[in-house]
Amino acid sequence: MIDPVALWTVIILLGLGSFALRFVFIGLIGDKPLPDWILRHLRYTAVAVLPGLVAPLVVWPEATGGQLDAPRMAAAVVTLATGLWTRNVVLAICLGAGTLYGGLYLLG
Amino acid sequence: MATETTKSIFWQGVRDGAPFILVIIPFSTLFGVVATEAGLNVFETLTFSVLVIAGAAQFTAVELLRNDAPTVIALVSALAVNLRMAMYSASLVPYLGQASVGQRALAAYFTVDQTYACAVLKFEQNPDWTIGQRLTYFFSVALPICPLWYIFTVVGAMIGGSIPEGLALDFAIPVTFLALIGPMLRTRAHVAAALVSVTVALLLAFLPYNLGLLVAGLAGMMAGAEVERRMGGVA
Repeated sequence: MIDPVALWTVIILLGLGSFALRFVFIGLIGDKPLPDWILRHLRYTAVAVLPGLVAPLVVWPEATGGQLDAPRMAAAVVTLATGLWTRNVVLAICLGAGTLYGGLYLLG
Repeated sequence: MATETTKSIFWQGVRDGAPFILVIIPFSTLFGVVATEAGLNVFETLTFSVLVIAGAAQFTAVELLRNDAPTVIALVSALAVNLRMAMYSASLVPYLGQASVGQRALAAYFTVDQTYACAVLKFEQNPDWTIGQRLTYFFSVALPICPLWYIFTVVGAMIGGSIPEGLALDFAIPVTFLALIGPMLRTRAHVAAALVSVTVALLLAFLPYNLGLLVAGLAGMMAGAEVERRMGGVA
């Protein structure tokens, strides 16, 4: 059981902290232009953070206790490839989920 | 002159946000289920989703609290996962910086992966949009996404443990992120950023508290910026 004081501390401070992170530049800097080198780095934020977030989840899935898992790996490949070729996020999710369920049905 | 009306931009935003419903519903339901299983009640779970409104960070915090991690560790790790929000905030400055403080505060609250991804793409494609049109687009993308985030958190909290494990909802998160990444890989610089990020994240996965992800994100950004600089300008 989670201690209620710890829980509410985390909920409130994480809420405030997350808002502060979202507000820090857009709220405080306003329309002052940022230097070129900063903008050049910022162009790659999403594409630098999301793959790093997702890679360990694919290679060591929590649901299998961290074991490499064929259906999940296949789903990851199909999702990424579909997104790359079609640029269609929803189609990528659908084919990825289809691959996962198909794989789990066949192998599980 | 802007050729589109604010009304058409509003519906464009709703249309661009709508596909994410397919992602948001399982994701927020899953959070509700996971949080309830960790011992949170419906009100605590909903407050989590309303105040934090960031799936990965919410999962991180609940997971660590469930495993009796110190409060500070749970908080810092979840904030680390959310550090990308500061980067999103910075990259929205050129587009939304001229809005009023209240509008910027509201936009900051609704800055999530999906609104950011849609907005940056559209703002780049439509440099002639006025600040009002940009704000309209931004909030209209959030419209089909964020309310469902709260609602299905509650649904998940109420369903609780009755979801069968065979549904493999655990993989909703990776599939979502992978589907978002594919279309982002537009240039060699973007591909370089992604590859460096993956490599560093896997090599440093042993580091505690998501520190590996922070280093991977920074390394990926530097790789992307460096490749762009060498190729001369915006690649």
